[in-house]
Amino acid sequence: MTTTHAIEIVGLTKSYGDHDVLKGVDLRVGAGSIHALLGSNGAGKTTAVKILSTLLRPDGGTATVNGYDVAAQPQEVRASISLTGQFAAVDEVLTGRENLVLIAELRRQPAPGAVADGLLARFDLTAAGGKRVATYSGGMRRRLDMAMSLIGDPAVLFLDEPTTGLDPQSRLEVWATVRELAGRGTTVLLTTQYLDEAEQLADRIAVLHEGRIIADGTLADLKQLLPPTTVEYVEKQPTLEDIFLAIVGHGGAHHEGATR
Amino acid sequence: MTTVGHDTTVLLKRSLRHVLRSPDTIITTAITPIAMLLLFVYVFGGAIDVGDQSYVDYLLPGILLVTVASGIAYTAFRLFTDVSGGIVERFQSMPIARSAVLWSHVLTSVVANLTSLVLVVAVALVMGFRSGAGVLAWLGVLAIMVLFTLALTWLAVIPGLTARSVDGVSGFSYPLIFLPFISSAFVPTAGMPGPVRWFAEHQPVTSIVDTIRRLFAEQPVGSDVWVALAWCVGLLVVAYLLAMRTYRAKVA
Repeated sequence: MTTTHAIEIVGLTKSYGDHDVLKGVDLRVGAGSIHALLGSNGAGKTTAVKILSTLLRPDGGTATVNGYDVAAQPQEVRASISLTGQFAAVDEVLTGRENLVLIAELRRQPAPGAVADGLLARFDLTAAGGKRVATYSGGMRRRLDMAMSLIGDPAVLFLDEPTTGLDPQSRLEVWATVRELAGRGTTVLLTTQYLDEAEQLADRIAVLHEGRIIADGTLADLKQLLPPTTVEYVEKQPTLEDIFLAIVGHGGAHHEGATR
Repeated sequence: MTTVGHDTTVLLKRSLRHVLRSPDTIITTAITPIAMLLLFVYVFGGAIDVGDQSYVDYLLPGILLVTVASGIAYTAFRLFTDVSGGIVERFQSMPIARSAVLWSHVLTSVVANLTSLVLVVAVALVMGFRSGAGVLAWLGVLAIMVLFTLALTWLAVIPGLTARSVDGVSGFSYPLIFLPFISSAFVPTAGMPGPVRWFAEHQPVTSIVDTIRRLFAEQPVGSDVWVALAWCVGLLVVAYLLAMRTYRAKVA
Protein backbone atom coordinates (compact mmCIF):
# COMPACT_ATOMS: atom_id res chain seq x y z
CA MET A 1 0.00 0.00 0.00
CA THR A 2 2.80 2.39 -0.85
CA THR A 3 0.97 3.81 -3.81
CA THR A 4 0.60 7.56 -4.08
CA HIS A 5 -2.53 7.01 -6.09
CA ALA A 6 -5.71 6.76 -4.06
CA ILE A 7 -7.58 5.36 -7.05
CA GLU A 8 -6.13 3.36 -9.94
CA ILE A 9 -8.35 2.14 -12.74
CA VAL A 10 -6.98 0.05 -15.60
CA GLY A 11 -8.99 -1.12 -18.62
CA LEU A 12 -12.32 -1.06 -16.77
CA THR A 13 -15.26 -2.40 -18.78
CA LYS A 14 -18.94 -2.81 -17.98
CA SER A 15 -21.93 -3.65 -20.17
CA TYR A 16 -25.63 -3.93 -19.55
CA GLY A 17 -26.80 -6.57 -22.00
CA ASP A 18 -25.38 -5.50 -25.37
CA HIS A 19 -25.02 -1.89 -24.25
CA ASP A 20 -21.36 -1.16 -23.49
CA VAL A 21 -21.26 1.55 -20.85
CA LEU A 22 -17.56 1.48 -20.02
CA LYS A 23 -15.27 0.43 -22.85
CA GLY A 24 -11.87 0.40 -21.16
CA VAL A 25 -11.50 3.23 -18.67
CA ASP A 26 -8.02 4.12 -17.39
CA LEU A 27 -7.66 6.68 -14.63
CA ARG A 28 -5.32 7.50 -11.76
CA VAL A 29 -6.34 9.79 -8.94
CA GLY A 30 -3.58 11.17 -6.73
CA ALA A 31 -4.00 10.89 -2.97
CA GLY A 32 -5.44 14.06 -1.45
CA SER A 33 -6.49 15.58 -4.76
CA ILE A 34 -9.85 16.55 -6.18
CA HIS A 35 -10.40 14.82 -9.49
CA ALA A 36 -13.44 15.65 -11.55
CA LEU A 37 -14.99 13.10 -13.87
CA LEU A 38 -16.72 15.20 -16.45
CA GLY A 39 -19.24 13.82 -18.89
CA SER A 40 -22.70 14.26 -20.28
CA ASN A 41 -25.69 12.23 -19.10
CA GLY A 42 -25.25 8.56 -19.92
CA ALA A 43 -21.48 8.83 -20.35
CA GLY A 44 -20.96 6.17 -17.66
CA LYS A 45 -19.95 8.38 -14.74
CA THR A 46 -22.35 6.82 -12.26
CA THR A 47 -21.48 3.31 -13.43
CA ALA A 48 -17.80 4.02 -12.80
CA VAL A 49 -18.52 5.37 -9.32
CA LYS A 50 -20.73 2.38 -8.49
CA ILE A 51 -17.92 0.00 -9.46
CA LEU A 52 -15.40 1.94 -7.37
CA SER A 53 -17.73 1.91 -4.37
CA THR A 54 -18.30 -1.90 -4.73
CA LEU A 55 -21.97 -1.59 -5.65
CA LEU A 56 -21.39 -3.05 -9.11
CA ARG A 57 -18.96 -5.68 -10.35
CA PRO A 58 -16.87 -4.75 -13.37
CA ASP A 59 -16.89 -7.07 -16.41
CA GLY A 60 -13.20 -6.56 -17.08
CA GLY A 61 -10.17 -4.58 -16.02
CA THR A 62 -9.08 -3.75 -12.50
CA ALA A 63 -9.74 -0.96 -10.05
CA THR A 64 -8.03 -0.33 -6.73
CA VAL A 65 -9.14 2.17 -4.12
CA ASN A 66 -6.80 3.12 -1.30
CA GLY A 67 -4.64 0.18 -2.41
CA TYR A 68 -7.43 -2.41 -2.24
CA ASP A 69 -8.90 -4.23 -5.21
CA VAL A 70 -12.63 -3.50 -5.56
CA ALA A 71 -13.43 -7.03 -6.72
CA ALA A 72 -11.14 -9.03 -4.40
CA GLN A 73 -11.20 -6.89 -1.24
CA PRO A 74 -14.57 -5.14 -1.25
CA GLN A 75 -14.87 -4.95 2.53
CA GLU A 76 -11.48 -3.17 2.82
CA VAL A 77 -12.52 -0.79 0.05
CA ARG A 78 -15.78 -0.03 1.89
CA ALA A 79 -13.83 0.78 5.03
CA SER A 80 -11.80 3.33 3.04
CA ILE A 81 -14.57 5.17 1.22
CA SER A 82 -17.78 7.08 1.45
CA LEU A 83 -20.33 7.49 -1.29
CA THR A 84 -22.64 10.43 -1.76
CA GLY A 85 -24.97 9.30 -4.48
CA GLN A 86 -26.80 11.29 -7.08
CA PHE A 87 -29.92 11.58 -4.94
CA ALA A 88 -29.54 12.44 -1.28
CA ALA A 89 -29.71 9.03 0.42
CA VAL A 90 -31.02 10.15 3.76
CA ASP A 91 -33.73 8.67 5.97
CA GLU A 92 -36.75 10.98 5.75
CA VAL A 93 -38.57 9.51 8.72
CA LEU A 94 -35.66 10.07 11.09
CA THR A 95 -34.41 13.44 12.27
CA GLY A 96 -31.14 14.85 10.93
CA ARG A 97 -29.39 13.97 14.16
CA GLU A 98 -30.76 10.43 14.15
CA ASN A 99 -29.48 9.98 10.59
CA LEU A 100 -25.99 10.95 11.70
CA VAL A 101 -26.10 8.77 14.82
CA LEU A 102 -27.25 5.84 12.68
CA ILE A 103 -24.25 6.08 10.37
CA ALA A 104 -21.88 6.73 13.29
CA GLU A 105 -23.12 3.56 14.99
CA LEU A 106 -22.74 1.53 11.81
CA ARG A 107 -19.20 2.87 11.43
CA ARG A 108 -18.47 1.91 15.03
CA GLN A 109 -17.66 5.39 16.26
CA PRO A 110 -16.98 5.42 20.01
CA ALA A 111 -19.30 8.40 20.70
CA PRO A 112 -22.01 8.54 18.00
CA GLY A 113 -23.95 11.33 19.70
CA ALA A 114 -20.93 13.62 19.91
CA VAL A 115 -20.01 12.88 16.28
CA ALA A 116 -23.55 13.80 15.24
CA ASP A 117 -23.60 17.06 17.21
CA GLY A 118 -20.20 18.07 15.84
CA LEU A 119 -21.33 17.53 12.25
CA LEU A 120 -24.66 19.29 12.77
CA ALA A 121 -22.74 22.35 13.94
CA ARG A 122 -20.22 22.13 11.11
CA PHE A 123 -22.92 21.90 8.45
CA ASP A 124 -25.12 24.58 9.98
CA LEU A 125 -27.87 22.10 10.80
CA THR A 126 -27.94 22.36 14.61
CA ALA A 127 -31.31 24.12 14.66
CA ALA A 128 -32.84 21.57 12.29
CA GLY A 129 -31.14 18.56 13.93
CA GLY A 130 -34.22 17.53 15.88
CA LYS A 131 -36.62 17.86 12.94
CA ARG A 132 -37.56 15.06 10.59
CA VAL A 133 -35.63 15.13 7.33
CA ALA A 134 -38.91 15.07 5.39
CA THR A 135 -39.25 18.76 6.31
CA TYR A 136 -35.76 19.70 5.00
CA SER A 137 -35.06 21.71 1.86
CA GLY A 138 -33.00 20.26 -0.98
CA GLY A 139 -29.88 22.10 0.14
CA MET A 140 -30.27 20.95 3.75
CA ARG A 141 -30.70 17.36 2.61
CA ARG A 142 -27.55 17.54 0.56
CA ARG A 143 -25.63 19.04 3.47
CA LEU A 144 -26.87 16.27 5.75
CA ASP A 145 -26.01 13.73 3.08
CA MET A 146 -22.44 15.01 2.89
CA ALA A 147 -22.17 15.19 6.68
CA MET A 148 -23.20 11.52 6.84
CA SER A 149 -20.48 10.70 4.31
CA LEU A 150 -17.76 12.26 6.44
CA ILE A 151 -18.36 10.09 9.51
CA GLY A 152 -15.36 7.91 10.20
CA ASP A 153 -13.03 10.11 8.12
CA PRO A 154 -12.95 8.01 4.95
CA ALA A 155 -9.75 8.33 2.91
CA VAL A 156 -11.63 8.55 -0.37
CA LEU A 157 -14.90 10.31 -1.01
CA PHE A 158 -17.05 9.72 -4.08
CA LEU A 159 -19.42 12.53 -4.91
CA ASP A 160 -21.79 11.61 -7.71
CA GLU A 161 -23.19 14.84 -9.17
CA PRO A 162 -23.27 16.53 -5.77
CA THR A 163 -24.87 19.76 -6.96
CA THR A 164 -27.39 18.51 -9.50
CA GLY A 165 -30.77 19.99 -8.65
CA LEU A 166 -29.43 22.43 -6.06
CA ASP A 167 -30.00 26.17 -6.03
CA PRO A 168 -26.92 28.39 -6.56
CA GLN A 169 -26.41 29.12 -2.86
CA SER A 170 -26.47 25.47 -1.82
CA ARG A 171 -24.14 24.79 -4.70
CA LEU A 172 -21.58 27.24 -3.35
CA GLU A 173 -21.91 25.64 0.09
CA VAL A 174 -21.19 22.20 -1.34
CA TRP A 175 -18.17 23.58 -3.18
CA ALA A 176 -16.84 25.11 0.03
CA THR A 177 -17.21 21.78 1.84
CA VAL A 178 -15.41 19.88 -0.91
CA ARG A 179 -12.51 22.34 -0.83
CA GLU A 180 -12.29 22.08 2.93
CA LEU A 181 -12.17 18.28 2.73
CA ALA A 182 -9.43 18.26 0.15
CA GLY A 183 -7.53 20.65 2.39
CA ARG A 184 -7.61 17.99 5.12
CA GLY A 185 -6.14 15.35 2.81
CA THR A 186 -9.28 13.52 1.70
CA THR A 187 -9.19 12.30 -1.88
CA VAL A 188 -12.31 13.36 -3.75
CA LEU A 189 -13.57 11.87 -6.98
CA LEU A 190 -16.38 14.05 -8.17
CA THR A 191 -18.63 13.43 -11.14
CA THR A 192 -20.34 16.35 -12.75
CA GLN A 193 -21.93 17.49 -15.95
CA TYR A 194 -21.25 21.14 -15.12
CA LEU A 195 -18.10 22.45 -16.72
CA ASP A 196 -17.78 25.34 -14.29
CA GLU A 197 -17.97 22.97 -11.33
CA ALA A 198 -15.01 20.98 -12.64
CA GLU A 199 -13.18 24.20 -13.39
CA GLN A 200 -13.81 25.64 -9.94
CA LEU A 201 -13.07 22.62 -7.80
CA ALA A 202 -10.84 20.10 -9.46
CA ASP A 203 -7.06 19.74 -9.43
CA ARG A 204 -7.41 17.48 -12.42
CA ILE A 205 -10.24 16.89 -14.83
CA ALA A 206 -10.94 13.68 -16.74
CA VAL A 207 -13.44 13.72 -19.55
CA LEU A 208 -15.46 10.53 -19.88
CA HIS A 209 -17.08 10.24 -23.27
CA GLU A 210 -18.82 7.19 -24.74
CA GLY A 211 -17.24 4.86 -22.20
CA ARG A 212 -13.65 6.06 -22.46
CA ILE A 213 -11.49 8.76 -20.89
CA ILE A 214 -10.75 11.01 -23.84
CA ALA A 215 -8.82 13.69 -21.93
CA ASP A 216 -7.22 13.88 -18.49
CA GLY A 217 -5.13 16.63 -16.97
CA THR A 218 -5.10 19.94 -15.18
CA LEU A 219 -7.22 22.75 -16.49
CA ALA A 220 -4.04 24.26 -17.99
CA ASP A 221 -3.26 20.93 -19.72
CA LEU A 222 -6.73 20.76 -21.16
CA LYS A 223 -6.54 24.34 -22.40
CA GLN A 224 -3.46 23.45 -24.40
CA LEU A 225 -5.55 21.00 -26.38
CA LEU A 226 -7.12 24.04 -28.01
CA PRO A 227 -5.47 26.48 -30.40
CA PRO A 228 -3.59 29.39 -28.71
CA THR A 229 -5.74 32.08 -27.13
CA THR A 230 -6.57 35.12 -29.21
CA VAL A 231 -7.30 38.41 -27.52
CA GLU A 232 -10.64 40.01 -28.16
CA TYR A 233 -12.37 42.82 -26.35
CA VAL A 234 -15.78 41.80 -25.14
CA GLU A 235 -17.92 43.80 -22.76
CA LYS A 236 -18.36 41.72 -19.61
CA GLN A 237 -22.02 41.04 -18.93
CA PRO A 238 -23.09 39.61 -15.58
CA THR A 239 -24.39 36.07 -15.80
CA LEU A 240 -27.84 35.40 -14.47
CA GLU A 241 -26.16 33.53 -11.62
CA ASP A 242 -24.15 36.63 -10.70
CA ILE A 243 -27.32 38.67 -10.66
CA PHE A 244 -29.24 36.14 -8.64
CA LEU A 245 -26.53 35.85 -6.02
CA ALA A 246 -26.11 39.60 -5.82
CA ILE A 247 -29.78 40.39 -5.28
CA VAL A 248 -30.28 37.67 -2.69
CA GLY A 249 -27.18 38.96 -0.93
CA HIS A 250 -24.67 36.15 -1.30
CA GLY A 251 -21.14 36.71 -2.59
CA GLY A 252 -22.35 39.72 -4.51
CA ALA A 253 -19.43 41.98 -3.60
CA HIS A 254 -16.98 40.63 -6.17
CA HIS A 255 -19.54 40.37 -8.93
CA GLU A 256 -19.12 44.02 -9.87
CA GLY A 257 -21.23 43.82 -12.96
CA ALA A 258 -24.30 43.10 -10.89
CA THR A 259 -24.02 45.53 -7.97
CA ARG A 260 -26.34 48.15 -9.39
CA MET B 1 -20.90 -13.41 13.94
CA THR B 2 -20.94 -10.25 16.05
CA THR B 3 -20.82 -7.90 13.06
CA VAL B 4 -24.16 -9.20 11.76
CA GLY B 5 -25.61 -8.93 15.26
CA HIS B 6 -24.41 -5.39 15.85
CA ASP B 7 -25.33 -4.04 12.42
CA THR B 8 -28.72 -5.77 12.41
CA THR B 9 -29.50 -4.31 15.84
CA VAL B 10 -28.60 -0.78 14.74
CA LEU B 11 -30.71 -1.07 11.59
CA LEU B 12 -33.54 -2.79 13.47
CA LYS B 13 -33.75 0.19 15.84
CA ARG B 14 -34.02 2.42 12.79
CA SER B 15 -36.80 0.52 11.12
CA LEU B 16 -38.75 0.03 14.36
CA ARG B 17 -38.65 3.81 14.67
CA HIS B 18 -40.28 3.97 11.24
CA VAL B 19 -43.09 1.75 12.49
CA LEU B 20 -43.47 3.70 15.74
CA ARG B 21 -43.70 6.96 13.80
CA SER B 22 -46.40 5.66 11.52
CA PRO B 23 -48.59 3.59 13.86
CA ASP B 24 -51.28 3.85 11.18
CA THR B 25 -49.51 0.99 9.35
CA ILE B 26 -50.21 -1.30 12.33
CA ILE B 27 -53.81 -0.12 12.51
CA THR B 28 -54.35 -0.41 8.74
CA THR B 29 -52.91 -3.91 8.91
CA ALA B 30 -55.40 -4.84 11.62
CA ILE B 31 -58.43 -3.13 10.05
CA THR B 32 -59.02 -5.57 7.17
CA PRO B 33 -58.99 -8.67 9.40
CA ILE B 34 -61.06 -6.93 12.07
CA ALA B 35 -63.64 -5.90 9.45
CA MET B 36 -63.77 -9.51 8.24
CA LEU B 37 -64.17 -10.69 11.82
CA LEU B 38 -67.13 -8.34 12.37
CA LEU B 39 -68.71 -9.12 9.01
CA PHE B 40 -68.49 -12.88 9.33
CA VAL B 41 -69.43 -13.12 13.00
CA TYR B 42 -72.37 -10.68 12.93
CA VAL B 43 -73.62 -10.98 9.33
CA PHE B 44 -72.75 -14.34 7.74
CA GLY B 45 -71.92 -16.28 10.90
CA GLY B 46 -75.51 -17.10 11.77
CA ALA B 47 -75.91 -18.98 8.51
CA ILE B 48 -72.72 -21.00 8.88
CA ASP B 49 -72.89 -24.30 10.74
CA VAL B 50 -69.70 -25.08 12.61
CA GLY B 51 -71.15 -27.55 15.10
CA ASP B 52 -71.38 -26.70 18.78
CA GLN B 53 -68.43 -24.27 18.66
CA SER B 54 -69.15 -20.52 18.73
CA TYR B 55 -68.46 -18.98 15.32
CA VAL B 56 -65.97 -16.39 16.59
CA ASP B 57 -63.92 -19.21 18.15
CA TYR B 58 -64.06 -21.05 14.84
CA LEU B 59 -63.12 -17.99 12.78
CA LEU B 60 -60.27 -16.38 14.75
CA PRO B 61 -57.41 -18.70 13.63
CA GLY B 62 -58.11 -17.93 9.96
CA ILE B 63 -58.36 -14.21 10.71
CA LEU B 64 -54.92 -14.34 12.32
CA LEU B 65 -53.47 -15.63 9.04
CA VAL B 66 -55.28 -12.87 7.10
CA THR B 67 -53.72 -10.33 9.47
CA VAL B 68 -50.21 -11.50 8.66
CA ALA B 69 -50.98 -11.69 4.94
CA SER B 70 -52.08 -8.04 4.96
CA GLY B 71 -49.25 -6.96 7.28
CA ILE B 72 -46.40 -8.16 5.09
CA ALA B 73 -47.48 -5.71 2.38
CA TYR B 74 -45.93 -3.03 4.60
CA THR B 75 -42.76 -5.06 4.98
CA ALA B 76 -42.41 -5.07 1.20
CA PHE B 77 -43.30 -1.39 1.09
CA ARG B 78 -40.68 -0.39 3.69
CA LEU B 79 -37.98 -2.34 1.88
CA PHE B 80 -39.04 -0.89 -1.49
CA THR B 81 -38.84 2.65 -0.07
CA ASP B 82 -35.31 2.00 1.18
CA VAL B 83 -34.17 0.51 -2.12
CA SER B 84 -35.69 3.19 -4.33
CA GLY B 85 -34.58 6.03 -2.02
CA GLY B 86 -30.92 5.02 -2.35
CA ILE B 87 -30.31 4.40 1.34
CA VAL B 88 -29.70 0.70 0.71
CA GLU B 89 -26.89 1.69 -1.67
CA ARG B 90 -25.44 3.90 1.05
CA PHE B 91 -25.51 0.98 3.51
CA GLN B 92 -24.03 -1.39 0.94
CA SER B 93 -21.10 0.94 0.28
CA MET B 94 -20.28 0.89 4.00
CA PRO B 95 -18.22 -1.73 5.83
CA ILE B 96 -21.22 -3.46 7.42
CA ALA B 97 -22.56 -7.02 7.32
CA ARG B 98 -24.15 -7.66 3.93
CA SER B 99 -27.29 -9.34 5.23
CA ALA B 100 -27.96 -6.84 8.05
CA VAL B 101 -30.22 -4.68 5.86
CA LEU B 102 -32.55 -7.61 5.10
CA TRP B 103 -32.54 -9.08 8.60
CA SER B 104 -33.47 -5.75 10.14
CA HIS B 105 -36.51 -5.53 7.87
CA VAL B 106 -37.47 -9.15 8.54
CA LEU B 107 -37.30 -8.73 12.32
CA THR B 108 -39.25 -5.47 12.11
CA SER B 109 -41.90 -7.32 10.14
CA VAL B 110 -42.20 -9.95 12.90
CA VAL B 111 -42.55 -7.28 15.60
CA ALA B 112 -45.09 -5.23 13.61
CA ASN B 113 -47.18 -8.27 12.69
CA LEU B 114 -47.23 -9.62 16.24
CA THR B 115 -48.47 -6.22 17.42
CA SER B 116 -51.28 -6.31 14.86
CA LEU B 117 -52.11 -9.87 15.92
CA VAL B 118 -52.44 -8.78 19.56
CA LEU B 119 -54.83 -6.04 18.42
CA VAL B 120 -56.97 -8.52 16.47
CA VAL B 121 -57.06 -11.01 19.36
CA ALA B 122 -58.12 -8.18 21.69
CA VAL B 123 -61.05 -7.30 19.41
CA ALA B 124 -61.98 -11.00 19.20
CA LEU B 125 -62.00 -11.22 23.00
CA VAL B 126 -64.42 -8.30 23.16
CA MET B 127 -66.58 -10.09 20.59
CA GLY B 128 -66.79 -13.14 22.81
CA PHE B 129 -63.81 -15.25 21.77
CA ARG B 130 -62.90 -17.56 24.64
CA SER B 131 -60.21 -20.19 25.00
CA GLY B 132 -59.26 -22.32 27.97
CA ALA B 133 -55.89 -22.99 26.37
CA GLY B 134 -52.95 -23.14 28.77
CA VAL B 135 -49.62 -21.38 28.48
CA LEU B 136 -48.13 -24.21 26.44
CA ALA B 137 -50.94 -24.13 23.88
CA TRP B 138 -50.68 -20.32 23.55
CA LEU B 139 -46.92 -20.65 23.07
CA GLY B 140 -47.67 -23.22 20.39
CA VAL B 141 -49.98 -20.73 18.62
CA LEU B 142 -47.32 -18.03 18.97
CA ALA B 143 -44.64 -20.30 17.52
CA ILE B 144 -46.78 -21.18 14.50
CA MET B 145 -47.67 -17.52 13.90
CA VAL B 146 -44.01 -16.46 14.10
CA LEU B 147 -43.02 -19.20 11.66
CA PHE B 148 -45.86 -18.24 9.30
CA THR B 149 -44.90 -14.54 9.56
CA LEU B 150 -41.26 -15.31 8.82
CA ALA B 151 -42.22 -17.39 5.79
CA LEU B 152 -44.50 -14.70 4.36
CA THR B 153 -42.01 -11.95 5.24
CA TRP B 154 -39.20 -13.56 3.26
CA LEU B 155 -41.69 -13.92 0.43
CA ALA B 156 -42.47 -10.19 0.73
CA VAL B 157 -38.76 -9.36 0.55
CA ILE B 158 -38.73 -10.43 -3.12
CA PRO B 159 -41.21 -7.80 -4.43
CA GLY B 160 -39.69 -5.32 -1.96
CA LEU B 161 -36.37 -5.70 -3.75
CA THR B 162 -37.57 -6.02 -7.33
CA ALA B 163 -40.74 -3.91 -7.66
CA ARG B 164 -40.59 -0.87 -9.91
CA SER B 165 -43.57 0.94 -8.44
CA VAL B 166 -45.46 1.18 -5.17
CA ASP B 167 -48.47 -0.56 -6.75
CA GLY B 168 -46.35 -3.52 -7.73
CA VAL B 169 -45.13 -3.82 -4.17
CA SER B 170 -48.48 -4.18 -2.46
CA GLY B 171 -50.23 -6.12 -5.24
CA PHE B 172 -48.58 -9.43 -4.40
CA SER B 173 -50.31 -9.71 -1.04
CA TYR B 174 -53.89 -9.76 -2.41
CA PRO B 175 -53.81 -13.46 -3.43
CA LEU B 176 -52.41 -14.29 0.01
CA ILE B 177 -55.32 -12.50 1.70
CA PHE B 178 -57.73 -14.35 -0.58
CA LEU B 179 -56.28 -17.83 -0.02
CA PRO B 180 -57.94 -18.39 3.40
CA PHE B 181 -61.38 -18.13 1.73
CA ILE B 182 -60.76 -21.42 -0.06
CA SER B 183 -59.83 -23.27 3.11
CA SER B 184 -61.41 -24.28 6.39
CA ALA B 185 -60.83 -20.76 7.76
CA PHE B 186 -64.36 -19.38 7.20
CA VAL B 187 -66.53 -22.44 6.59
CA PRO B 188 -65.92 -26.18 7.06
CA THR B 189 -64.58 -27.80 3.90
CA ALA B 190 -67.16 -30.61 4.08
CA GLY B 191 -69.79 -28.56 2.23
CA MET B 192 -67.54 -27.63 -0.71
CA PRO B 193 -67.89 -29.35 -4.13
CA GLY B 194 -65.26 -32.04 -4.97
CA PRO B 195 -62.31 -30.25 -6.63
CA VAL B 196 -62.67 -27.10 -4.50
CA ARG B 197 -62.78 -29.24 -1.38
CA TRP B 198 -59.69 -31.16 -2.50
CA PHE B 199 -57.81 -27.89 -3.03
CA ALA B 200 -59.03 -26.45 0.27
CA GLU B 201 -57.92 -29.50 2.20
CA HIS B 202 -54.48 -29.65 0.62
CA GLN B 203 -53.41 -26.02 0.75
CA PRO B 204 -51.36 -24.72 3.68
CA VAL B 205 -54.01 -22.49 5.26
CA THR B 206 -56.32 -25.36 6.25
CA SER B 207 -53.72 -27.36 8.17
CA ILE B 208 -52.41 -24.25 9.95
CA VAL B 209 -55.89 -23.01 10.81
CA ASP B 210 -57.00 -26.45 12.03
CA THR B 211 -53.92 -26.77 14.23
CA ILE B 212 -54.42 -23.37 15.86
CA ARG B 213 -58.14 -24.09 16.32
CA ARG B 214 -57.37 -27.32 18.16
CA LEU B 215 -54.76 -25.61 20.33
CA PHE B 216 -57.32 -22.97 21.33
CA ALA B 217 -59.97 -25.66 21.95
CA GLU B 218 -57.61 -27.75 24.12
CA GLN B 219 -57.89 -30.70 21.76
CA PRO B 220 -55.06 -32.98 20.64
CA VAL B 221 -53.55 -31.44 17.49
CA GLY B 222 -53.06 -34.80 15.80
CA SER B 223 -51.10 -35.12 12.58
CA ASP B 224 -52.28 -31.71 11.32
CA VAL B 225 -49.55 -29.97 13.29
CA TRP B 226 -46.85 -31.75 11.29
CA VAL B 227 -48.48 -30.85 7.99
CA ALA B 228 -48.80 -27.24 9.20
CA LEU B 229 -45.17 -27.10 10.33
CA ALA B 230 -43.99 -28.70 7.10
CA TRP B 231 -45.84 -26.04 5.08
CA CYS B 232 -44.48 -23.18 7.20
CA VAL B 233 -40.89 -24.40 7.26
CA GLY B 234 -40.97 -25.44 3.59
CA LEU B 235 -42.37 -22.07 2.52
CA LEU B 236 -39.87 -20.30 4.78
CA VAL B 237 -36.87 -22.13 3.31
CA VAL B 238 -37.96 -21.62 -0.31
CA ALA B 239 -38.83 -17.94 0.24
CA TYR B 240 -35.56 -17.34 2.13
CA LEU B 241 -33.43 -18.88 -0.61
CA LEU B 242 -35.26 -16.99 -3.37
CA ALA B 243 -35.07 -13.71 -1.46
CA MET B 244 -31.34 -14.14 -0.78
CA ARG B 245 -30.71 -14.97 -4.41
CA THR B 246 -32.63 -11.86 -5.49
CA TYR B 247 -30.69 -9.80 -2.96
CA ARG B 248 -27.29 -11.04 -4.11
CA ALA B 249 -28.17 -10.41 -7.73
CA LYS B 250 -29.25 -6.91 -6.76
CA VAL B 251 -26.33 -5.85 -4.57
CA ALA B 252 -23.58 -7.71 -6.52
